[in-house]
Amino acid sequence: MTAPFFELGYVGPRGGLAAALIIGIAFGWCLESAGMGSARKLAGQFYLTDLTVFKVMFSAIVTAMLGLFWLGRIGILDLSRVYVPETYLVPQLAGGLIFGVGFALGGLCPGTSCVAAATGRLDGVALVLGMWSGVLATGLLFPLLANFYETTPRGSLTLPQVTGLPYGVVTLAIVLVAVAGFRGAEWLESRPRPPAAPVPNDVRKPGRALEGVAL
Amino acid sequence: MRRAKSRPYANPYLAGVALGVVLLAAFVVMGRGLGASGAFASSAAGVVSAAAPARAQANPYFARYLGGEGPWLDWLLIEIAGVAIGGFVSALIAGRLRVAVERGPRLSAGARLTSASVAGAVMGLGAVLARGCTSGQALTGGALLSVGSWLFMIAAFAGAYLTAPIVRRAWQ
Repeated sequence: MTAPFFELGYVGPRGGLAAALIIGIAFGWCLESAGMGSARKLAGQFYLTDLTVFKVMFSAIVTAMLGLFWLGRIGILDLSRVYVPETYLVPQLAGGLIFGVGFALGGLCPGTSCVAAATGRLDGVALVLGMWSGVLATGLLFPLLANFYETTPRGSLTLPQVTGLPYGVVTLAIVLVAVAGFRGAEWLESRPRPPAAPVPNDVRKPGRALEGVAL
Repeated sequence: MRRAKSRPYANPYLAGVALGVVLLAAFVVMGRGLGASGAFASSAAGVVSAAAPARAQANPYFARYLGGEGPWLDWLLIEIAGVAIGGFVSALIAGRLRVAVERGPRLSAGARLTSASVAGAVMGLGAVLARGCTSGQALTGGALLSVGSWLFMIAAFAGAYLTAPIVRRAWQ
């Protein structure tokens, strides 16, 4: 086993922070390249007109999942030293539903809002500030939520453990579901649909809004 | 003032595979995945700690960010600084940097800024309860086959699809 480097001591604390910056830059680059810094594009996911979010997310999940599986299988990566987020069933279900409400209204998630803000989208800046305030307020009120936050703990529970199926079988099943999903996404995007919504005013009339101040 | 000539976005599958490789690199180098909402939490902890140190230490949610290198050198905060840099450089090269308020055709810029702030605050609450967001749970935990992460992902998309018809005016 030669990885994870940080866990095995090949990379120190400073090296870890350098890795954070480099990995972050690559992360932001990928998101921006795919158009994930655009709230209008992301919102299309929820009206089934633009399924970029699904395609990018599931291509990424499948790639990383297969990489983990094979690097573990050939003995390069010690999977027992990779941190698996712990499961808390009810808080994660409730948190997910609440998160989804904001996702549809805002058209951005925490990571993509940082890309939107960094590329000049003022709605991204507003969403970052709102998000930060929301986390701050929830954190300040945390003593009230602490009991709920800790309910239904299941530890680092994985799908193979729950289903009793081998790791490889679950991995393959998710690949197949993703491929079926990609075919469905292409079909949805190719449907004939009513005339597209008019171009927003800020694109058409640069004087009226802030669009057009190209950098 | 000129309209920049912007290049089209990358193929979503190609960008997704590249993102998956970045996520895999995080697992291999650090033994952990990507994240975003954690950066908001650590910086909030940093501000509370600066304003009211005793209060921050007494709060179990903020206190966890105050050990080690402190909240301002938190791994996810540095990573998110990288995300902003990477997004900026990518948009710069592709001619996609633009000061604008992205919004639906029927929404004023002011209404969009207000709704984006509210949406952010709602996601902040959800991400705290769920212990992460689309990056730390859906992408990272999804690739690790974490049950809670898949539950979060399904719940988040369910919440979004249930909300979308109600907020249709914002986007269509």
